[in-house]
Amino acid sequence: MLRQTSLSSRLWSFGVWTIMALFVLNLIGLIAAVVTSSFATRWLGTWLPAGWTTSWYLSAWSEFQLAQVLTVTFEIVLMVVALSGIIGVPAAYAMARREFPGKRLVMLMFLAPLLVPPITYGIPLATVLYKTGLAGTMSGVVLANLVPTAPFVILVMIPYIEQIDPRIEAAARVFGADTPRLFAHVLLPLLAPGVLAALLLALVRTIAMFELTFLTNGPTTQTLVVALYYAVFAAGVRAVQSIDAMAVIYMAASMIWFLIALRFVNPTQIVARAGKERTR
Amino acid sequence: MSAATLQPSLRDRLANRGIDTVTLMALPALMFMLALFVYPFAYGVWLSFTPKTGGALANYVRFFTEPFLADTLPRTFWLAAPVTIVNLVVAVPTALRMRLLSRQRLLTTILVLPITLGTVLVAEGLLTYLGPRGWLNRALTMFGVISHPLPLLHNYWGVALSLIITGFPFTFLLTLSYVSGIDPALENAAATLGAGPRRRFWSILFPLLLPGLAITLCLSFVQAFSVFPSAILLGAPAGPTRVISIAAYQAAFEDYDYSMASAIAIVMGLAQLAVVALILTARGLLYRGPAGGGKG
Repeated sequence: MLRQTSLSSRLWSFGVWTIMALFVLNLIGLIAAVVTSSFATRWLGTWLPAGWTTSWYLSAWSEFQLAQVLTVTFEIVLMVVALSGIIGVPAAYAMARREFPGKRLVMLMFLAPLLVPPITYGIPLATVLYKTGLAGTMSGVVLANLVPTAPFVILVMIPYIEQIDPRIEAAARVFGADTPRLFAHVLLPLLAPGVLAALLLALVRTIAMFELTFLTNGPTTQTLVVALYYAVFAAGVRAVQSIDAMAVIYMAASMIWFLIALRFVNPTQIVARAGKERTR
Repeated sequence: MSAATLQPSLRDRLANRGIDTVTLMALPALMFMLALFVYPFAYGVWLSFTPKTGGALANYVRFFTEPFLADTLPRTFWLAAPVTIVNLVVAVPTALRMRLLSRQRLLTTILVLPITLGTVLVAEGLLTYLGPRGWLNRALTMFGVISHPLPLLHNYWGVALSLIITGFPFTFLLTLSYVSGIDPALENAAATLGAGPRRRFWSILFPLLLPGLAITLCLSFVQAFSVFPSAILLGAPAGPTRVISIAAYQAAFEDYDYSMASAIAIVMGLAQLAVVALILTARGLLYRGPAGGGKG
């Protein structure tokens, strides 16, 4: 690679690194501020709190009914992930293996929910769900969350399926396997690592999905991120540290899956896929 | 032999066009998207033309004549456009620099964090971090940059900063993926021919990068334009950061006027579409050839 030694290019390089370092520093700062505050007894106008305590976690747990919220969150998230796998993986297989009339249009339809921001299509979607009486129920929230998640699984899976040698499937066909058997005995074992990665990324995205859940949830179907929003929105009612403790619990719930996902995938896949796909 | 057996069966004819049991596996997903993405959109368009009172266009007339609603459009632009441009202008040189990095994965993992955690958590963290006694203001005061704490919360700046925290990683990672797609041999060739760093960037890298940057610009802008939770939590949702998504939300869930809410959502979608169309039209005028160094 080209290495420059002149003063101006060194200064340039230094400037670029400084900007990056400042960004990362501020990012870590804002996360650390939440964590510090959640363990603080009293924190007013000093660098660090006056004392440390874990009692805010206990109070947050009961104040915000986190046991119930966490149960609901994981029920919703697991249903979304399972359904997006069931709908998405076969569709990705069809899209990867077949050329058919109207394929570009179908592809556009799978891309659109990933490119259009959730709040834009969330309002008409929530309207339809309210008119059909599904909004506020578990199924309503799951359906709304599936709109971006199923296409996400499809788009992550297509390149993964494309790199599997079609001759393996041809061999299975020659030995008389029909599509369901081909899927169960040949493809699923081959696809398992890719499916696992796609579903883990979908899981992380669904835990953090605020807008669609916010627009469609009801009192019994509040997920953690929506509960966190309401707690911050009504700030002043509860102690700041208690809200911060809830935020740390939310971070932990999301980070566990993110760290597991990191073992299998390149982290940029969570972002870059939609943009890359668009330019093909 | 009868004529019928000479005709290939319907099944074979469909298979020849690429439609068989494998293709049909896309059907559930397709039906799902039609029911929950295409249909709601179409329904929303129809609903927006059937207002509670007045003629078909009453909602749109109301949106563009009531300053309380009409002002949300320029306010959202004023928030989204500068932030997107700052993010992109910073992302290009950093991405060009970082592609040389050997431990790129660590950096990208850190940068994905704010996207993974989501806007609500970032807003919650910034409430503590940007406060008058928060770490940022303390650090700036300590280094003598400022004498009084900057007011960064519940105004334009809080929302803009939150959009940078969540938007910059998004812009950077997309840019990085485009930068990595350019063959380093092209830049080496230019250097061999005596081009300095500035000339290499403007004559080689920048033209190859532009189509990708146009896409990045579109996606980043659309993300920033739909800012919602942080505009409420960190901004002044009744004043300068009353963005269009807040207006749509309030119409639907505070006034229960789904017709008006759909109209606002459609105006929001059209505004995004207009900017994307503008950028992509400009992109159509650009070079879009191979970014590889091999014989073409």
